[in-house]
Amino acid sequence: MNYTWDWGAMRQALPLLLTGFETTLLATVLGILVAAVLGLVVAMLGRAPTRLVTIPVRAVTEFVRSTPLLVQLVGAYAVFNTVRPLTIGIAVLGIHYASYLSEVYRAGIDAVPRGQWEACRALSLSPRRTWQAVILPQAVRNVLPALGNYGISMFKETPFLAVITVTEMVAQAREYGANHFVYAETFTLAGLIFLVASYPTSLLMRKLEKRLGH
Amino acid sequence: MATDPLQKPDTEHRAQDTVAAGHLIEFDQVVKRYGDHVVLDHLDFTVERGRHVTLIGPSGSGKTTILRLLMTLERISEGLILVGGRPLSHMAGPNGSLKPADEKYQREVRKKIGMVFQQFNLFPNMNVLQNITEAPVSVLGLDRAEAEERAGELLDMVGLREKITAHPTQLSGGQQQRVAIARALAMRPEILLLDEVTSALDPELVAGVLDLLREIAHTTDITMLCVTHEMGFARDISDQVLMFDGGRVIESGPPERIFGDPEQERTREFLSAVL
Ligand SMILES: Nc1ncnc2c1ncn2[C@@H]1O[C@H](COP(=O)(O)OP(=O)(O)O)[C@@H](O)[C@H]1O
Ligand SMILES: [Mg+2]
Repeated sequence: MNYTWDWGAMRQALPLLLTGFETTLLATVLGILVAAVLGLVVAMLGRAPTRLVTIPVRAVTEFVRSTPLLVQLVGAYAVFNTVRPLTIGIAVLGIHYASYLSEVYRAGIDAVPRGQWEACRALSLSPRRTWQAVILPQAVRNVLPALGNYGISMFKETPFLAVITVTEMVAQAREYGANHFVYAETFTLAGLIFLVASYPTSLLMRKLEKRLGH
Repeated sequence: MATDPLQKPDTEHRAQDTVAAGHLIEFDQVVKRYGDHVVLDHLDFTVERGRHVTLIGPSGSGKTTILRLLMTLERISEGLILVGGRPLSHMAGPNGSLKPADEKYQREVRKKIGMVFQQFNLFPNMNVLQNITEAPVSVLGLDRAEAEERAGELLDMVGLREKITAHPTQLSGGQQQRVAIARALAMRPEILLLDEVTSALDPELVAGVLDLLREIAHTTDITMLCVTHEMGFARDISDQVLMFDGGRVIESGPPERIFGDPEQERTREFLSAVL
């Protein structure tokens, strides 16, 4: 079989794919923000003094972690059928990754040495200042590298959003490819754009990790 | 004396009266256990206001535990600890009874007590100034300018004014410990607890920290409770030395006597091992 590679199609599809890329980027950035905040909330709820809180919290995170993202997306799309698909996508991505990040936060909080808590007590700091001024800034530092890695993997999972009709980049590639019979070209292009965006990001993260002394 | 109807019962003055009459710190039959392991065994001792007391004794004899109980980092198993006449871990319950202290009460009592740790425990996410001003601002309610002025004076005293914006990781162990001392003093505690504060330091940095503590001992009226293996230092600053063994005070007295002419064989053995 002889397939002629259509460079022109790649060039023509580029602007369309870049509009899709904007959606991809938006979903990733907002998704990771939701995950970062919610993950922290979950981690702190997991340390609540009563099991009335910790057991339900653990059950929900376990559920979210052990069901596929795709299933969660389709399920949420079916239930919240009046909400904008992109909003659902961001929320589901955020919640899904929050369940992983809460573990990372938990470990990050546990990694703050006991002496830090004791110094807070010795200075009579309130629980609020203890968390806000001492524990969380150090825990977040422990969490930052993982946050970057999860961000990149979320970025690469955004094509799932196409299933709930969000026209992110891969959906655009498929549509253009189907209309012009240039699947290979447009998907290659989409892949290249992912590579171009995520590789420097991961390099940046590695640098950041080094600077933070991990 | 006629009772003044306008005068409310003044609990604070009453507390101070008992202090004037009694002791600043009082351990009353204190027991501390970890599981089956009895660390402090019906311990009794008192410390008068303004005194500098050194705790000596073999490793594992419970010296750190005493300081940690005073700082309420550990819970007492039995007995009572009084600070300024007020129970540390208990508060007034109904009909003059005592009930376990809640967090708020403990924070109130704790404000009188400062502690310096073996491992410094400075906050690595804050610079030197922030380390020192955090508690005066957020706990004592000082405004920032006031707290910074206080911090500046303390940094002058510990000789680290030029490190005011440095982060703990940029300081030597000795410098970190001097900042930790300044941080504790910024709360103007009545009692300062020092737990082997030089034992994590390189030998050449020990003298600077000990000199600072000598200065504090001689120029302030802070009551100091000090665990140390530096016997020369203990001799210099202490009014009283308590020798611990097996969870009890086996001997106590002025440093000249404890170091010069100990009564107990156990003390003699210990001193000949460390000196
Ligand atoms: N958290 C703990 N759990 C169990 N045992 C402990 C704990 N802390 C201290 N101990 C035990 O209590 C004893 C006294 O310890 P410590 O007060 O640190 O002694 P010192 O400071 O005189 O060396 C030791 O035998 C130690 O093993
Ligand atoms: Mg000790």
